[in-house]
Amino acid sequence: MVEEKKKKVSMVIFSGDMDKLMAAFIIATGAAASNMEVIMFFTFWGLRALKKKVSTGKSLFGRMLGLMYGGDINRATPSKMSFGGIGRWMFKKMMKAKNVSSLPELRQMALDLGVKMYGCQMSMEVMEIPRETLIDQVTDSVGVGFFIEQAQESNFTMFI
Amino acid sequence: MAEEIKVDLELNLKGLLCPLPMVRVSQNIKNVPVGGIIKATATDPGSLADIPSWAKSTGNEILKSERIGPEIIFYIKRIK
Repeated sequence: MVEEKKKKVSMVIFSGDMDKLMAAFIIATGAAASNMEVIMFFTFWGLRALKKKVSTGKSLFGRMLGLMYGGDINRATPSKMSFGGIGRWMFKKMMKAKNVSSLPELRQMALDLGVKMYGCQMSMEVMEIPRETLIDQVTDSVGVGFFIEQAQESNFTMFI
Repeated sequence: MAEEIKVDLELNLKGLLCPLPMVRVSQNIKNVPVGGIIKATATDPGSLADIPSWAKSTGNEILKSERIGPEIIFYIKRIK
């Protein structure tokens, strides 16, 4: 049997908001389940989705950023109705009641389906988030050149 | 008289919401041989559109779908 070339989607994940990350991982898992190759490129606030639960930052500002915007994927708050964490708690409860997968579950499902996840090297430098503080399943830390190459080979691209 | 469909694998997708029904189907299609049939029972109304779209994009076939009360039943044939 001749192996068909898979269709491909490349996604930029800029947001670290809980709701937008949910949309991103649902689209990624859906595409992978539909036999597509999926590339997710996490930059800036989106890096939170790949972070381990460790503190980051070396300089004063870096440590401040780590304190104010630290934590892993579980710390992501919704883009609306955040209310200092109450919104996150409420959404988690509502999602659980409706049997919707949580963010870490969705991310794991995406990985299991073969979705490739990349960190943006430049944001990692600026925000002082070294590779060791990202989950081990991250394929690589790369730059825009890599993303453009992937995007050119893709059937569609997304920016979330 | 309705034709009997020989089912190779039954999937219970009840209570699951997007994207789980299609993810489960895609994971399980590998567990039946080419030409084999999965009977998948879902309750998510979204799967009415999602599962046929999944079949179209992966080149598999929905032989039949039916609604019985809250249940949506798909007979999915593995084509490749």
